[in-house]
Amino acid sequence: MYKIIEKENLAPGIKRIRVEAPLIARKTHPGNFIILRIGEFDERIPLTVADYDRDKGTITLIFQEVGYTTERLGSLEAGDYIQDLVGPLGKRLDLEGCKKVICIGGGSGTALLYPIVKAFHEKGAEILTITGARNKELVILEKELRTVSDKLFITTDDGSYGRHGFVTDILADLLITHSDIDLVVAIGPVPMMKAVSRITPANIKTIVSLNALMVDGTGMCGGCRVTVGGETKFTCVDGPAFDGHQVDFDEIMNRQSYYQEEEKHICRLGREVNS
Amino acid sequence: MALQKEKTPVKSQDPELRIKNFDEVCLGYNKSEAVQEAGRCLQCKDPACVKGCPVEVPIPDFIKAIIDDDLDRAAHIIKSKNNLPAICGRVCPQEEQCEKLCIMGKKYEPVAIGRLERFVGDYALKKAGVSDSRPAKIMKKKEKIAVVGSGPAGLTAAADLAKEGYQVTLFEALHAAGGVLRYGIPEFRLPENILDQEVSEIQKLGVEIKLNVVIGKTITIDELFAEGYSTVFIGTGAGLPKFLGLPGENLNGIYSANEFLTRVNLMKAYKFPEYKTPVRIGKKVAVIGGGNVAMDSARTAVRLGAEEVSIIYRRSKEELPARDEEIEHAEEEGVIFRLSNNPTAFHGENGRVKSIECVKMKLEGIDSSGRPVPVPVAGSNWSLEVDNVIIAIGQTPNPLLKYNTPGLKTNLNGGIIVDENLSASIPGVYAGGDIVTGAATVIKAMGAGKKAAQSIIKYLEEK
Ligand SMILES: Cc1cc2nc3c(=O)[nH]c(=O)nc-3n(C[C@H](O)[C@H](O)[C@H](O)COP(=O)(O)OP(=O)(O)OC[C@H]3O[C@@H](n4cnc5c(N)ncnc54)[C@H](O)[C@@H]3O)c2cc1C
Ligand code: FES
Repeated sequence: MYKIIEKENLAPGIKRIRVEAPLIARKTHPGNFIILRIGEFDERIPLTVADYDRDKGTITLIFQEVGYTTERLGSLEAGDYIQDLVGPLGKRLDLEGCKKVICIGGGSGTALLYPIVKAFHEKGAEILTITGARNKELVILEKELRTVSDKLFITTDDGSYGRHGFVTDILADLLITHSDIDLVVAIGPVPMMKAVSRITPANIKTIVSLNALMVDGTGMCGGCRVTVGGETKFTCVDGPAFDGHQVDFDEIMNRQSYYQEEEKHICRLGREVNS
Repeated sequence: MALQKEKTPVKSQDPELRIKNFDEVCLGYNKSEAVQEAGRCLQCKDPACVKGCPVEVPIPDFIKAIIDDDLDRAAHIIKSKNNLPAICGRVCPQEEQCEKLCIMGKKYEPVAIGRLERFVGDYALKKAGVSDSRPAKIMKKKEKIAVVGSGPAGLTAAADLAKEGYQVTLFEALHAAGGVLRYGIPEFRLPENILDQEVSEIQKLGVEIKLNVVIGKTITIDELFAEGYSTVFIGTGAGLPKFLGLPGENLNGIYSANEFLTRVNLMKAYKFPEYKTPVRIGKKVAVIGGGNVAMDSARTAVRLGAEEVSIIYRRSKEELPARDEEIEHAEEEGVIFRLSNNPTAFHGENGRVKSIECVKMKLEGIDSSGRPVPVPVAGSNWSLEVDNVIIAIGQTPNPLLKYNTPGLKTNLNGGIIVDENLSASIPGVYAGGDIVTGAATVIKAMGAGKKAAQSIIKYLEEK
């Protein structure tokens, strides 16, 4: 059992929890994720480790309530327990040798971007961060990102905060004004990562983090398979970060949608029970 | 009494009924049936059957105990060699092992050793505590031993080492112990409560089970040694599913058998929406492959309501690798065998699989494994409409630990390389089961767990 130490609402539908998980806190690195199962009846879902405290033995998870399981997780409070939590899973990101990077977060993906920006910052890289949200209310981690980025750009789809538009608008400008970018990292909705990977030229390495459906997270089921560079890869062991120029984004969008009907069904049941 | 030439029949659930539930198909012997069957054993002085058993259960002895109506003794005899009799009695391929060598079998049907083992195994579980799975008084030893993976190999090694008094910790990546017994083999063949009880028997021996720990990720092998473990046994199994590499294989509706069975067994998707993990099975399902995993997948799909379930296998019926009993059960449940066919592509519509393109195969010559070689018949392509496809063409050793353990040598198939004592390339590290051999059987994995335990005991005593 893994105890929730702290809980905070970051924005409507976006929550942050800090969980006691000393073994994982000891070993996790930017890029890693965990799989959790809230209780006996629940699904196993992957969540990126958004932060960690090795001394206190805790990890931080940030998630958007997008379905039954994340809503249920969001309903737990400090002091509640999560039955199963396993990790750190996936490959850690290789942050070495980058002098100047653009980091892009879309929606709740911004939360997953944060540990990466922080790690680049600690390694002394120059970081241009772009974060995009649907509207002002959904802009998260602005303060945190500002302290670890050299420059922070904010966009909202409706123009209620920052620049009116998409992260890619800013990216396109930056690619013109900065000729010395080593790496672009993008985390967020698949269409956003796809658009980013289209814009960045082939000679600028572009890393995206894929949120495939998973079951075990240890390479055992193949449910998380994606096509990268024409080859089948397992997101949970070969990723979750991949070269955006090689990823078949349309296939991922399709695979993510497979259980939409079932998801609606249990969400409806969940709400009936809760109301 | 006249010699009974055939095995005493065993009751099973009627196919009409059982395709609508996940309850166990084979109901097992009651006492009088078991005694009747035990009476067929010739009690050979030099029993051939024992030679066919990878863990050398003294078969005639436990059968004699059944005849003598001393089931505690029968349980004790089996458990001296086999820690999981209720499981082995259900899933072992006895027809290729003990029963194959049974002298009765030369002229008549062999003694139903498997059914008798199951009978005794179930008795022992019911009387857990009475049977002597709990060690009388073992001297606690100070050495700590780590066992990685809680499949039959790990469970057996852990039990044998705990019986010797060692402090054993069993690490499992998933949230429940049992390996393939938990996530792969379906409820209707191996009920979960049987597995739960067998696992708890092993815990009673003093084995501590730590779930949700991926060795190589959460803790490395080096760290285990640093934490004071004297030796490590690796039984991480053959968890990596093979795919065909055909066009369209990543369409929605196409599962690996591992994913499909894990959703249904480990995550209990067959009880959706009570359990929240979904599995989607439409009317027409094709299972690619002809082994036990394929039969389990096909029969599970039937129970989830599929109306037409086909097995697509590239050789003929004789070569089907699954156990005869599994094939029979599948046939009784209406599974269609489309033999001598091989898929060549998957076609979809709106991102979902819609049909499989197949080519007919003919058999020519013999390959190095002694099996006929299937070759495609030119121009024989045809297509089968499907809503789902389950790919059950095999699993290879799980590479996760290898990736994260420098110095651990593996062969071309990813199997950990071990010597005759099951010692791996890192001193103090032993390995056995599917992670060494590639996908094999429960009892072979148990045999390896036993052997490794003996090697570890010897290693620690000589150290
Ligand atoms: C669907 C199916 C049906 C089968 N039917 C039969 C049958 O009827 N009869 C028969 O004899 N055999 C059958 N088999 C084969 C048999 O189940 C296997 O040969 C046997 O389970 C292998 O045992 P094992 O202990 O080596 O590994 P497994 O049972 O595979 O167990 C390995 C365990 O290790 C865990 N693990 C992996 N990596 C790590 C890590 N890094 N850290 C911690 N834990 C880890 C895994 O999660 C797993 O629980 C079947 C297999 C399948 C898939
Ligand atoms: S989640 Fe099962 S293989 Fe990746």
